[in-house]
Amino acid sequence: MLDQLTYASEAALNGLMAGVMYSLVALGFVLIYKSSGVFNYAQGVMALFAALTLVGIQKGQVPFAHLINAVTGGHLETFGWQVPAVLAILLTIVVMIGMAIVIETLVLKHLVNQAPIILFMATIGLAYFLEGFGDVMWGADIKTLDVGLPQGINETIESVTDTWFGYGFFIDNLDIVAAIVSVALVTALTLFSQYSKQGRALRAVADDHQAALSVGISLRFIWVLVWSIAGFVALVAGIMWGSKSGVQFSLSMIALKALPVLMLGGFTSIPGAIVGGLIIGMGEKLFEFFVGPLIGGATENWFAYVLALFFLVFRPQGLFGERIIERV
Amino acid sequence: MKKSFAALAAAAMLATTVPAMADLTVPNLSYRTGSYAANGIPYADGFADYFTLLNERDGGIGGEKVAVPECETAYNTEKGVECYESTKGQAALAYNPLSTGITYQLIPKVTADHHVLYTPGYGRTSSANGAVFEWVFNYPANYWDGASVAVKYMLSQNGDDLKGKKVALVYHNSAYGKEPIRTLEELAKKHGFELVTIAVDPPGQEQKSQWLQIRREKPDYVLMWGWGVMNQVAIQEAVNIKFPMDHMIGVWWSGSENDVGPAGEGANGYKALSFHGVGSDYPIYADLKKYVFDAGKAAGAGDNLGNVLYSRGMYAAMIISEAIKTAQEKTGHAAVTPEEVRDGFENLNLTEARLTELGLPGFAQEIHATCADHGGPGTAMILQWDAAAKKWSAVSDWIEADKDVLDPLIAEDSAAFAKEGGIAERCK
Repeated sequence: MLDQLTYASEAALNGLMAGVMYSLVALGFVLIYKSSGVFNYAQGVMALFAALTLVGIQKGQVPFAHLINAVTGGHLETFGWQVPAVLAILLTIVVMIGMAIVIETLVLKHLVNQAPIILFMATIGLAYFLEGFGDVMWGADIKTLDVGLPQGINETIESVTDTWFGYGFFIDNLDIVAAIVSVALVTALTLFSQYSKQGRALRAVADDHQAALSVGISLRFIWVLVWSIAGFVALVAGIMWGSKSGVQFSLSMIALKALPVLMLGGFTSIPGAIVGGLIIGMGEKLFEFFVGPLIGGATENWFAYVLALFFLVFRPQGLFGERIIERV
Repeated sequence: MKKSFAALAAAAMLATTVPAMADLTVPNLSYRTGSYAANGIPYADGFADYFTLLNERDGGIGGEKVAVPECETAYNTEKGVECYESTKGQAALAYNPLSTGITYQLIPKVTADHHVLYTPGYGRTSSANGAVFEWVFNYPANYWDGASVAVKYMLSQNGDDLKGKKVALVYHNSAYGKEPIRTLEELAKKHGFELVTIAVDPPGQEQKSQWLQIRREKPDYVLMWGWGVMNQVAIQEAVNIKFPMDHMIGVWWSGSENDVGPAGEGANGYKALSFHGVGSDYPIYADLKKYVFDAGKAAGAGDNLGNVLYSRGMYAAMIISEAIKTAQEKTGHAAVTPEEVRDGFENLNLTEARLTELGLPGFAQEIHATCADHGGPGTAMILQWDAAAKKWSAVSDWIEADKDVLDPLIAEDSAAFAKEGGIAERCK
């Protein structure tokens, strides 16, 4: 019995850590939804594209090499240099900002005042385009991502818990880094949104596009800003998830992990994304631990949605979402 | 003017989508996009390059060029079926969809339409029984062979005794991943080891619960039946919990360069099954270089040569071409039909001498197919990953599956299929 409790505590802790990883993906959705009411279907693909670009820059890969080689008959692969991780991250941020400008110019600008479903459809198109574009630009092979993040068991926690409980807990160093980064990210985003001029403008746009425009806020600037920030968050998520599995096209499917988090935490709350992630992460791990063995395991994918739906029964707007009252 | 334009357009369409009528057609149902593209690309390249070599060097098979129209399935069952439907009218001689899901959908279709379905190392295991599955072939090995070979290897590492040992099976929670469970349960009974089955929901990006369970259970060996990102994450998580890599054995779909790459040095010593050789040291590569790569006719960028999945695609193409050749020899004409190619598959006699002639000495085991035996020798070897040299090396000889255990299981499963489909057994 004591053993079971110890193991359950380990599962719960790992669930919290996994939840942080889900939150990282959910944050990108929240940022865009909060500022424009658009559910950005492409957020998962943005994480993939950011990670692909990071590895490509870091390894000095020639963009579109396959295409160039097919046309010219050449054998281009790399420029022959390696870019330090920090510089590669900075350059990737520049690319993601560039991408935000292009998206605003080519897609969003033309859809002002359109129904949210139209914007949602546009992001579906964007997701397919970005996935194909990333493939053509960087190739479909699995890329190893190494920006110097530690991975593997944290031996201090293992040793301390071994002394306390007679069983050393497993906590992955990468998850600890992800947790620290997430806390920093959420703090920075909350401060930005509450106290900076642009942050207040962003909230004004979220409340009412037309009113914001009437007081001189540039809708286009705000959209570029928010898509750039979402691009940055996607990069962080891409780094964390890509360090584990390598950068590959299934990375875009991490968005599936963010959906129950959003349903639970609310689509408009940055802290909600974190709290939602923690609840989903811990809930699914504990369910798998206690109930999984009885029903054949592999419960996590569906249980996350069941848990989110359960919360929705009591709070349809999610734990931290804004209550929507529409009067007729 | 309108008429001539329409005729021109029709001619152009025919030229791009339909091979010349005299060609032997072997569609390449590939996946170069989507989540599994990293695995689909080298396989499709190896498959296409082998036929290109035959066309360029030998003028095809028996003087008939081979057309290999490619159709993108994205590893999606519906798209795979669409690819089959859109190519079967081209007198397609054989299909190799590289997907167990697509295979299950195609088995009744190829049976009705009379096309060969060739599924080396995947698909429905009991299709090894030719008496029931007339149009399906899965030699040289199937999933149950793989499970048995892995157990035999573990036996060889433990003085032929697995009593009291614990073996965990980490599997893709799908029809494919569940295939070995039945066999492993039988083998656990026979050899006295404890089997723990641990499911991973696809795609398998998050596996913390599964590996915490493995850490608690402390199995002596971990077997893995994974595909795609599940493999990379599982190997990384195994490294994280410090599970000894040389006690982790993947089936052949969990043993490519793609799977071990992301874990870097940590993956050193990881083992996997294979039913063919790997590496580009085989004499055939000299011809591939001369007639395919240097001639600019390669299907891919040339960065996958000799790797596990490229070799496997090449293996599948080689078997199909040998079956076509057998059919030509049997019938005495070069433009063989799908029915005749089926007979070619059923009479395939692939010897070591022939493999040497093909520039692939020691690459695979001999196959002597019969009416009832569509499953082949059921042998595989164990490869081990050397992270420093970034290459796989064989650490065992060919190991034969335990037919005493498998044959009754295959008979039982195929009999159930025959009963369900009202199929009368052949080969009596």
